[in-house]
This record gives sequence, C-alpha cells and structure tokens, in this order.
Amino acid sequence: MADDLTHRVISCIAATQHIAAERITLESTFEELGIDSLDGINILFALESEFSINIPDDAARSIRTVKEMVEGVGKLLEGGSAAGAPA
Amino acid sequence: MAVTGLGVVSALGANRLEFWTSLAAGRDGIGPIQGLDGWQLRFQNGAQVKTLDVGAHFSQKDADMLDPFARFLIVAAREAVADAGIEWTPALKARTAIVTGCCVGGQATEDIGFSDLYLEKRGRVHPLTIPKIMANAGASHLSMELGVTGPVYTISTACSSSNHALGQGFWMVRDGVAETVLAGGSEALFSLGFLKAWEAMRVVAPDTCRPFSRDRKGLILGEGGAMLVLEPLEAARARGARVYGEIVGFGMSSDAHHITQPTVDGPAGAMRQALDDAGLAPDRIDYINAHGTGTPANDPTETRAIRAVFGDHAGRLAVSSTKSMHGHALGAAGAMEAVATLLAMREGILPPTANYLGPDPDCDLDVIPNQARPARVEHALSNSFAFGGLNAVVAFRTGEP
Repeated sequence: MADDLTHRVISCIAATQHIAAERITLESTFEELGIDSLDGINILFALESEFSINIPDDAARSIRTVKEMVEGVGKLLEGGSAAGAPA
Repeated sequence: MAVTGLGVVSALGANRLEFWTSLAAGRDGIGPIQGLDGWQLRFQNGAQVKTLDVGAHFSQKDADMLDPFARFLIVAAREAVADAGIEWTPALKARTAIVTGCCVGGQATEDIGFSDLYLEKRGRVHPLTIPKIMANAGASHLSMELGVTGPVYTISTACSSSNHALGQGFWMVRDGVAETVLAGGSEALFSLGFLKAWEAMRVVAPDTCRPFSRDRKGLILGEGGAMLVLEPLEAARARGARVYGEIVGFGMSSDAHHITQPTVDGPAGAMRQALDDAGLAPDRIDYINAHGTGTPANDPTETRAIRAVFGDHAGRLAVSSTKSMHGHALGAAGAMEAVATLLAMREGILPPTANYLGPDPDCDLDVIPNQARPARVEHALSNSFAFGGLNAVVAFRTGEP
C-alpha cells in the first residue's frame, strides 16, 4: 500500500512538472527537482484531485521533500472523512 | 520614432509574412468557430489562430503556465525582437519598456476554472488560474524571458487597448523614459462564456465582416497578438537597423457619452490630437487604417468623423479596414493594424476592405473594395475606438527616405 501511495504521489509530481518519474525518489527535495512555490501549489492541486483529499494550507507550507509529501498525503488519507471534508 | 521590428500572430497566419501575404491578396482568415463542443451560437464564424504550433514555441511546462493570449503575445514579441536584431546588454535591458494592450485577459483559463467549479462541482479551481488570467501575464512573462527590467505594464481599454499601448510606448521613447520599447497587444477570446456574452450584444455578424459595405451585419471576432519594436530614429540608423516606418503622433480622447454607442466628436478629436502631436496638416495623410468593425453603428459614425477632420481631403484619402480579414481582435486590434499599416507603407500596397458587396451611402469613403491597391503613402493614421467611448489614434510616416 505504501509503495502504491509513493508511486501515485511521484506520478502526480512527474505529470505536473513534465519530468520523468524515474528522476524522482522519496529522498528527492523540491529544490533538486526544480520545484518552486508555484509548482508546489500546482502539485498540491493534482494530489487533491488524485486522492480526493483537502490539503490544508498550514500542512502544505512546510513540505520540502517528496518523502514529506507522501507522509502528509498518507496522514490525510488515514484521517478519512475529516481530511476529505470541504475547507 | 523608428519601428524596427514587427511580429504578429493572427487568423492570417503565425508570422508577419503570412499576415502580409493574406492582406495583400485580400484573403480573410474567417471561418467556422472550432471548439464549441456542440454549443449553438447565433453566429458561426470567427477569425481564429489555427496555424500556431505551440509545441514548437514552448516546452510543455511553459505552455501550461500560459493562457493562449500570453502565448500569442510572446510569439509575436519574439518575432519582432529577432526582426529588429536587438543586441541586449544589461544597460539596454534596464532602459527597455514593455507596454501591452489586452481587453479581457485569460478567458479560456477563466472559463475552464469556473466551469470546473460551477458545472463539475469540483470544489477547487486550478492554482495557476490567477497567474494565467491576469491581463499583464503576457507582458510579465515577456519581461522575464528577455530580462527586461524597465517599465512593464498592460493597458486595458477594450478595443483601443493596444493603440493606447503603442501611443504610450511612443511617448516613452520620445520623452527619454526608455531607449527601446516593445509595444503591442494580444487577445484570445474564443471561449464559450465570452462568445455567449458577445452573442447577447447582437453585434456579431452571422456571415462575415464587411466594413463600410451595404448589407454589413456586424463584426467578426478575432484573436492573436502583435508587437512592435520602437526606438529613436537616429539610434536605429546608427546601428544600421531596418526601419519599417515611424510613429510620429498619438492622440486620444473620451466620448463621455455612452458605454457602447459611438460618437462623431470623440473619434474626430482623437484623430485631430494625433495630427497635432505629429505636427501634420490633415491633407498630409494618404491612408487611414480604419477602426472599421463592420457594425451598423461604427462605420457611418467613423465616416462622419473622418469627414469632420479631413473635410474635402476625405474624398482623396484611401481608407480600409483590415478587420475584414484578421477579424476584431479587441485588445490586439490596434497593434495588428499598426503592423498592417507599416507593411502597407513599406510595400507600397494598400490592403483592401475585403468582403465588400457595394456602397452604403452613409459610408461614402474610398474604402479600397476587395482588391489591394498600389499606392505611395507618406503618412497614415490607424484608428481604434473602444466600447466605453475611449479613442486612440496613431500617426505613421513611411520609412522610405
């Protein structure tokens, strides 16, 4: 399941950034991948659609790596309906 | 003020050469509107950009960041800058300005974002929506691409937007505020919501655009972008640049009358201001690229305005509306028509008013019906008159010695 989650997050990043998924690992930082703040919100939008979740602003702000992103999405998914509710 | 570079993307093609070839042949770019997904409109035809290969100009990531109106602006500006042969230095980048006109910004992006929200109930709008729809997006991306750090701004005065931009650019160089100005405008308006709003205005022709003609039924909407490179004539000559012609005057006025109905006095005032600014007597003008939308209201009003300014000389003037070929591209119209006017003066060929069926006694000017005409033009005007009663007129001189 965790591998599947990682795979889906990486796919979202790859599709949004138009870069090869193979370039992205759990250890990749946004800086290494050339992801700036605007790219970041673009990826968050894709993740919200992919997982039907609502990512709060404060949770989004501190994320700097792919690993943090996967963990953050995982937490929101565990939170179930609360995380998916409209802001 | 020399114009040393021209770039244009329109329904007549994705570059300057295709634009001019169509204008000189009197061939329009008007056809059935694509991409309506089965929706019905009372009008079927538009002047859409069909031959721009986005992938050849932008990476996928850059294209995602740009609404079509910004793409049109950047492609036209790249052509103009390359044409002018500008050699950028850090000092020149700091002393260059970009002034663009745009009426409605990123309509396609707005349409998608809001239909996602209202229709698809997605509950969220794409995060690039704001930076894509803002009317200055094209100018800002252009400044980033070129590293231009001087004044950069966008003017929104409906159908006069890019004539106001050209005039501002002209004055900035003349006043020494900038050494070089990239001025023009762009528009991309073929999104369903916006077309439906035009349908409700009842000014779009169900057939085609026939300015100044009998049986004209309205305007035809167009899209695209056009950019000009302006620099002082002496500087242009000193660096051996090709000079297409000069901008020599700019005039503007407001009708202060009605939000959509035109007047005679407002447009006439703007033409007089442009002549005064250029220091030209009315009888020095040989050609006018008219606002000439093809609506029942504009063309007779513009005819009366031209007669009011030029008197007997109005009968000796050649006047044409190239909107009959590239459509009415709103905020890009003035810039496209400036390119048309400069190329006409340089080539010694006046583009016609296409789709002309026969005279309307209320539009009794020499409108160059259907066939381009060889003519030597020393001075010309290009008119833009906007909804809201905002008028902007640019005066040109040929680049011929």
